[in-house]
Amino acid sequence: MKIKRIKEKVVEGLFFLNGLIVIIILAGIFLLLLKNALPGLKEIGLMEFLATGYWNPDAYGKATYGALSMLVSTGMVTIGSLLIAVPLGIGTAAYLSDVASPRVREIAKPVVEILAGIPSVVLGFLGIVLVGPLLAKLTGTYNGLNAINGSILLAVMALPTIISLSEDALNSVPRSYAEASLALGANKWQTVTQVKVPAAASGIVAACMLGMGRAIGETMTVLMATGNAAQFPTGFLSSVKTMTSTIAIELGEVAYFTTHFYMLFSVGLVLFLITFVINLISDIVFNKHMKMLK
Amino acid sequence: MPLAKVKIKISDFNFYYGQVKVIKGVSVEMLAKNVTSIIGPSGCGKSTLLRCFNRMNDLIPGARAEGRAEIEGVDILGPQVDVVELRKRVGMVFQKPNPFPKSIFDNVAYGLRVNDITDRLIIEKRVEQSLRSAALWDEVKDRLKDNALNLSGGQQQRLCVARALAVEPEILLMDEPASALDPIATARIEELIVELKKHYTIVIVTHNMQQAARISDHTAFLMQGELVEYGKTSDIFTKPRKKLTEDYITGRFG
Ligand SMILES: Nc1ncnc2c1ncn2[C@@H]1O[C@H](COP(=O)(O)OP(=O)(O)O)[C@@H](O)[C@H]1O
Ligand SMILES: [Mg+2]
Repeated sequence: MKIKRIKEKVVEGLFFLNGLIVIIILAGIFLLLLKNALPGLKEIGLMEFLATGYWNPDAYGKATYGALSMLVSTGMVTIGSLLIAVPLGIGTAAYLSDVASPRVREIAKPVVEILAGIPSVVLGFLGIVLVGPLLAKLTGTYNGLNAINGSILLAVMALPTIISLSEDALNSVPRSYAEASLALGANKWQTVTQVKVPAAASGIVAACMLGMGRAIGETMTVLMATGNAAQFPTGFLSSVKTMTSTIAIELGEVAYFTTHFYMLFSVGLVLFLITFVINLISDIVFNKHMKMLK
Repeated sequence: MPLAKVKIKISDFNFYYGQVKVIKGVSVEMLAKNVTSIIGPSGCGKSTLLRCFNRMNDLIPGARAEGRAEIEGVDILGPQVDVVELRKRVGMVFQKPNPFPKSIFDNVAYGLRVNDITDRLIIEKRVEQSLRSAALWDEVKDRLKDNALNLSGGQQQRLCVARALAVEPEILLMDEPASALDPIATARIEELIVELKKHYTIVIVTHNMQQAARISDHTAFLMQGELVEYGKTSDIFTKPRKKLTEDYITGRFG
């Protein structure tokens, strides 16, 4: 009896320690980013950093560090990817959870998992040799390396997350709802779209937000597919340089402890805060969903 | 009294979950605008049998029916049967009240909308009618926009009846509709069932024998998947032909 209690206490302690370590690491990352960002932010000013759009560290005259065009680029590529991935992902999840035959489901599940396992550099490669030329042909642009290209590839990356978590959310809806709907003469599609999806709404929103978190932070794919022109985007057909791309491209060559160096950390800090908040919100929404179903 | 019309007829009916046979050679004829109750000990196959009439068991992998089942002489088992169409004709109320997490109005309107009725006025009229038929209108008419989950259990179950009625079915299947309710709510559901049989054919599963005796015209007694006895409720409860039936209704087992 006593040994069992001690064992429980030990396990409990380990889990607590685990959580503590995660929090410490997160806090550490945040502080590291902050420490390296502050000198730059002090020099440039938060206003210029967040509210102006020219990022030109190598200018002959005065270097400028406006991150707005990056923020907008990241926002565009992310929103574009969600516009593609959300309807497609929810539709697929609905189909797999309620409409597909067990046979189809058995084949589709591993396919979705494989999709999640594709290295982002491979996707970026496909963006250059496949999606780019296709877009160029369809839209008459030069090389098709632009915001849409990035959106499409990020959609592919976000899809597995959205599909599998939405499917979980749909499967957690009480069976009795679906039965009631079917018994009223609704077909399977009507049942899943009109009863189950609304009932699982918060879980699905959380799934989409997690997918979005992935898309915002993704680097290699967008770096390869969006053309990386440091300019204020004029539309989805313009080449864009996102926050992640900027950091990845410039941090390797920047001289340490210069304004440029500090400002790249500032960009990283903003990125960290955005993804942190998104993940936090999706977590809260998801837990609310689970509680509601109990 | 004119000869009553047979609404549901099954003959030599078997039902399997995978390899397990749970309904064994049941034959029965249920009359139109009658209340037929199915009684029997727990696990004897009452729900399974009931759910064959609207093909609800189709949802269970490996479930399979054998024999004949007809509604008004037309087969309901074959692959040619349009299950969605069948379920519009055969409504169902479940054991546990299961309103959708939507408004009271939208719950009742749901069956209409999925059947492509979009005219606002028609929907409103039908919702009111159905709620009246389910003896719920007076209690909810001022709060139709409220979430249905805020209703009491008894109200929720009557809402489920209203929801089923809105589609204008001919048959209403009820699987222990009062088992989750208190005595007062149960009495209201029973009154409702007696009222509804003027227009609908009702088949009700119940483990409450007094309930079967009070509200049904005919009673089928099922045990371990076999039909032990079927006949007028008054006969079953006053002069059962089988010893087994007598033992069951006098509470000697089950
Ligand atoms: N989905 C299912 N899969 C396998 N067996 C089932 C399933 N549903 C019910 N059964 C079995 O079939 C038998 C009849 O069940 P049921 O029709 O629910 O009985 P009742 O409603 O009379 O209590 C029981 O032995 C039960 O365990
Ligand atoms: Mg049952």
